[in-house]
Amino acid sequence: MLELRNVSYQVPEENKDKEIIKNINLTLEDGFTVITGPNGGGKSTLAKLIAGIIKPTSGSILLDGKDITNMDITEHAKLGISYAFQQPVRFKGITVKDLITLAAGKSLTTGEACHYLSEVGLCARDYIGREVNASLSGGELKRIEIAMVIARGTKVSVFDEPEAGIDLWSFQNLIQVFDKMRERTKGTILIISHQERILNIADRIVVLTDGEIAGSGSKDEIYPGLFTGESVCSALV
Amino acid sequence: MDNIQRTLLEQVAGLHEVPEGAYNLRINGQAGGRGTTANIDIVTKGDKPGIDIIIKPGTVKESVHIPVLLSQTGLKELVYNDFIIGENCDVTIIAGCGIHNAGDQASEHSGIHTFHVGKNSKVRYVEKHYGQGDGSGERIMNPSTVIDLAEDAYMEMDTVQIKGVDSTRRSTKAVLADGATLLIKEKLMTHGKQTAETSFEVELNGKGSGTNVISRSVARDDSKQVFLAKINGNNLCSGHSECDAIIMDRASVQAIPEITANHVDAALIHEAAIGKIAGEQLVKLMTLGLTEAEAEAQIVDGFLK
Repeated sequence: MLELRNVSYQVPEENKDKEIIKNINLTLEDGFTVITGPNGGGKSTLAKLIAGIIKPTSGSILLDGKDITNMDITEHAKLGISYAFQQPVRFKGITVKDLITLAAGKSLTTGEACHYLSEVGLCARDYIGREVNASLSGGELKRIEIAMVIARGTKVSVFDEPEAGIDLWSFQNLIQVFDKMRERTKGTILIISHQERILNIADRIVVLTDGEIAGSGSKDEIYPGLFTGESVCSALV
Repeated sequence: MDNIQRTLLEQVAGLHEVPEGAYNLRINGQAGGRGTTANIDIVTKGDKPGIDIIIKPGTVKESVHIPVLLSQTGLKELVYNDFIIGENCDVTIIAGCGIHNAGDQASEHSGIHTFHVGKNSKVRYVEKHYGQGDGSGERIMNPSTVIDLAEDAYMEMDTVQIKGVDSTRRSTKAVLADGATLLIKEKLMTHGKQTAETSFEVELNGKGSGTNVISRSVARDDSKQVFLAKINGNNLCSGHSECDAIIMDRASVQAIPEITANHVDAALIHEAAIGKIAGEQLVKLMTLGLTEAEAEAQIVDGFLK
């Protein structure tokens, strides 16, 4: 269970500090939570706070009751938090197998590493020895990013807009990947997404607007009101 | 061979004992053993230090090892090795120099390697440099390579210097005839106060000749690197050079790519990039549970792999 207590995050701007996350209280139980809301609403910032990449200006973050607020990225990872970047990083000379192996945290046979790639719909034979460099497309990188989170198999997994940069053809497969993950995983899965199809498979939806939680509840409670435009317009007023 | 020399041999040639096939071992400026085959002869030069390696036309799937080991402090040597490779060969040549300097005087090895590669021959040349020893004396290596590729000859040169060489000045000059191809891959890491200067000059004289010069380097601490890649396209040809460097700490890296087209059908490209390890690369690996130092080591190892 992941808990955010009175979490705020500010960045300094010219005249005064800009508040990106405003005093958020959120408890994430096991299951599938989708965070949605307008661009610039603080969703990616929230994901980075959970992964420990940035630290809250105030408030605290607890994992299974343990305060992890001031721990560094490595400690967050070791305690069981995984994070799939919105824009995956490229590495010259490091292969797909190297990354999957690092993610799994133990040496893997080629067969084992291939298994994780097959999970995300990549033909493993074609990819396992490839360098994670500019020769891979955005969509391929996104899937490798997801495969790394699956290989880690931690109790909390955070995905920042997994659909971004994936073509429509691949998107169908992506939904299946998450569907499967939802069936199998016992842990907390948090996905930041705008996609109706992903919202559709959520146990819970949280709407983040202008750094605040504008709504939170089961799919049936939140989903119908999402596309009326109210939450988007209220942010503009 | 003593234990120090054995370690050096393993580092530069991956060998534990004297190799199979043709070889010439040079230890502290003296002959340390030689082996020849029916197709590969090794002859000591009469007029200056060094050897001639003569490979008969049509020699395929054979290799030559010519490691040089220095474990005596203050030794300075200049050696000329000439490779005369006949037509239609397919051979691997493994050279390398290891210096162990436990004393306070500089040890220096300068090797001038000249390759005459015959028509339609294929040569893979691997060169590895390594230094060790806790003496204050410098470990210096200045390799020069001169390459002459005949029609349709192909040569691949892999040069690696990862550790322990205080100062190096490398010069490689090549001339290519019609249809000849030269591929150069350099991997370099400098640390401490080391300096490394490399220069590659390729003359694409032949019709349909081509070259690809690729350097990947990491400069740490207070080390300095200079990389020069000069390609002259004098015919219908293609040339590409690429210098990719990671800079760390207080190091300095200079890349000087130079391409000159003297023919309307010469297609030449150069690329050079120098930068520190991207912060997002470190963050990504840390989210997989690596510490910052482990992440940095992974990135550097991968880059130089």
